[in-house]
Amino acid sequence: MSTLESQPNSSAHALRIVIVGHVDHGKSTLVGRLLHDTGSLPDGKFEQIQAVCRRRGMPFEWAFLLDALQAERDQNITIDVSQIWFRSATRSYVIIDAPGHKEFLKNMVTGAANADAALLLIAANEGVQEQSKRHAYLLSMLGVSQVIVLINKMDLVDYSKSVYYRIEADYRDFLAKLGIQPLRFVPITARDGVNLIAPPNDVVKWYSGPTLLRALDELTPPAPEAEGPLRFAVQDVYRFDERRIVAGRIESGTIRVGDDIVFSPNNKTSRVASIERWNAPIKDSASAGESIGIILAEQIFVERGHIGSLETQTPIETNRFRARLFWMGTRPLSTGRRYKLKLLTQEIECQLVSVDRVIDATSLDTVSGLRLSVARNEVAEVTIQARSSLVMDNHDKVAASGRFVIVDDQNVAGGGIIFGGTYVNRGRIRSTNIFWSEGTIDHRIRVERNGHRGMVVWLTGLSGSGKSTLARALETNLFNRHMQVYVLDGDNIRHGLNSNLGFSAEDRVENIRRVAEVAKLMADSGLIVITSFISPYRLDRARAREVILSASVEFIEAYVAAPLQVCELRDPKKLYKRARAGEIKNFTGIDDPYEVPENPEITVHTDRESVKESVERLLDFLIPRLQLDVAEYEI
Amino acid sequence: MDFSYTHLDALENQSIYILREAYRKFKRLAMLWSVGKDSSVMLWLLRKAFFGHIPIPCVHVDTSYKIPEMIAFRDRLAKEWGINLIVGQNRAVLDRGETFPNGRITRVECCSFLKKDALQAIIEEKDYQAVIVGIRRDEEGTRAKERYFSPRDKNFEWNFKDQPPELWDQFKTDFDAGTHIRVHPLLHWTEVNVWEYIGRENIPVVDLYFSKDGMRYRSLGCAPCTKPVQSRARTVAEIIEELRDTKIAERSTRAQDQEAEDAFERLRASGYM
Repeated sequence: MSTLESQPNSSAHALRIVIVGHVDHGKSTLVGRLLHDTGSLPDGKFEQIQAVCRRRGMPFEWAFLLDALQAERDQNITIDVSQIWFRSATRSYVIIDAPGHKEFLKNMVTGAANADAALLLIAANEGVQEQSKRHAYLLSMLGVSQVIVLINKMDLVDYSKSVYYRIEADYRDFLAKLGIQPLRFVPITARDGVNLIAPPNDVVKWYSGPTLLRALDELTPPAPEAEGPLRFAVQDVYRFDERRIVAGRIESGTIRVGDDIVFSPNNKTSRVASIERWNAPIKDSASAGESIGIILAEQIFVERGHIGSLETQTPIETNRFRARLFWMGTRPLSTGRRYKLKLLTQEIECQLVSVDRVIDATSLDTVSGLRLSVARNEVAEVTIQARSSLVMDNHDKVAASGRFVIVDDQNVAGGGIIFGGTYVNRGRIRSTNIFWSEGTIDHRIRVERNGHRGMVVWLTGLSGSGKSTLARALETNLFNRHMQVYVLDGDNIRHGLNSNLGFSAEDRVENIRRVAEVAKLMADSGLIVITSFISPYRLDRARAREVILSASVEFIEAYVAAPLQVCELRDPKKLYKRARAGEIKNFTGIDDPYEVPENPEITVHTDRESVKESVERLLDFLIPRLQLDVAEYEI
Repeated sequence: MDFSYTHLDALENQSIYILREAYRKFKRLAMLWSVGKDSSVMLWLLRKAFFGHIPIPCVHVDTSYKIPEMIAFRDRLAKEWGINLIVGQNRAVLDRGETFPNGRITRVECCSFLKKDALQAIIEEKDYQAVIVGIRRDEEGTRAKERYFSPRDKNFEWNFKDQPPELWDQFKTDFDAGTHIRVHPLLHWTEVNVWEYIGRENIPVVDLYFSKDGMRYRSLGCAPCTKPVQSRARTVAEIIEELRDTKIAERSTRAQDQEAEDAFERLRASGYM
């Protein structure tokens, strides 16, 4: 059998390349031409395609080469060509997952996640298109940092320098937002072999850069991160003989005999007595990429899933974190469903807490408002809650421990990278369970543990406007997102704390003052407090705001608006009826004024919106404000 | 650093990681030992992964037509390295004489009975959940599509059109009861890599790989269906040199692959290695 897939006989590591780009921008043609020009085609294949094209009376089509390699297989079983090898003078290359696959995302992810470099193809006559951007976005998430951009079909724009540079500038801007710095832009015409292999010719006089193959030869195989913070992922603990060997891989950094290693999440520390290898040169250190074993000086409890680090550079340990994630599952990623999360050798049950943004990979804008799920092929920023503590890093700090996959019903259905996590300096930890060496627990630490900010949401509006209903609905919704939330209302305040207060003007002022003070304390402790009181006077609400802000807690005045007639018609507690009858004095709206908020943070109109709509609008407004700072991420 | 991280180190470390994952994930795990060069490398990597030990049984499917030197080599190594050797064989077919060398069936059918069915039988008898197999992506088109952890259904069939995504070394490790897993720790190696590693580590392989009277075996299988190639390569270094310039596919000397364009694909889809 003569196949393309069987020629990788070069000793050096074959550089793995993934080719991506918009449909019809010339991926297949590029591969076909590249194989031919590097002499990597099986004998007679070129002539065979030539004959086919002549028979059909059409010009030679390079893309047919790939089709032909597949079509010649028996019709019962069609195997896609998924690895194609070619060679330059200096090394060999393997193109992973050639174009045209039906399950594109799933295979691109598998291919690109294992690729050393990517070729991004853009047709000069069409410029940057949707998939040009979407694929680049995925590459950035998958950590493919070596990118060469090929501007193809230059013949269709008469090798116009201005067209080329305009596309380059456009795309460079977009890639910069993703943190991708392309190594090269190369103008090519894949069909004619221009700038692929042969040195730049007269066709593109204004271009003095390298050809594609030269640009490829400039790439360096990515080196393991030996310089980063030490992360030793424990795979297993072996006792095959008298030795107790903690086996695992150095994911980042370097471990040395004599180092004190903290194993997270249980934070036990021990010294490295020896580094174990079999039939290898003895060496008292091991660096990123090495699968080794270590023998510890102290007999501490260590098991699979533990991550070893140096005491000065411990990873993040949290059960709640934010991530950018792509979803490949047939079923959407949804709140309320349980998943398995795998991060290095850790496996923990987790849930989706919130979908914070669904990202349009082509504009990098947020796609839509509040969502409770992420659909197949979507990319989103999400908050995830794990059943117990996970050890991790921000992806931009340590890539290997900053990424994870999510398993839905046995299948790897999504992958994500972690951002915005806060590192806590754990100082020197001596085999205890004390997490912070300092005794003071400040607001920031509470917020970190909760995974959201404290806040006071002050609902104000007429009796019957819907405050209680909204407060309860909001509470339920936030609670289900694993947030700490509590409602203060007449029922739990008037009967206890304020049982000595009546409904006189003075007492009403005092009532609101106490509510504000209690809300302040609770929010300072990290809770989201929803207050549900008519609170009719502007001055009182302004004072409440002052009290809350004094604790550096955000105050959201939410005006629950409904016309008096509507509220009176609803009259859930028959209070309007009794007020009209004179049984209740000083009733807001009847014989006492309601001072409409002049500048509330948000207003909901319960006469025009359903409860669901009002709650969604409130959540839309609140969720981003509840989240922890992620200012370090631009996109 | 006084130590340079070579491509062989990268390959070795990745394979060790995969072997340890498999050993941890599957209580009933075995290695398929074909006695070829790739198997020798796998045994070596098992000893690397487990610090000198081979903690899992090694299954050899004996078709009874193997080249005799292979069996002698197998038994010697099993003894020297303390390997728990399990030999599987399709006795029924052999007793009935329904084999290709007897002229009763085709080569592909013969492979299917003596290798695939025998393997399936021993897996069922021993109730292995997973078997480590030394295939490589560069060997052949269908193998290029493989994953490190590759599920087979209860009939051992491989659904190559819908394969689990594999990224960041997170492998599919959750399965329905009855699913059988193939683990492929050498998937990312090439034929040359295998020889380079054999040379570097001084790993024992069957002598048949080295030139004798101008001929050597490049790929080992059953005597009736495996032919030596013309070669002067008598050392590992000479083999590597020879492979650099060859245009001939590694498995081209394996006759069963050549019966039809898709013979090997069909064998693999139905449970062949």
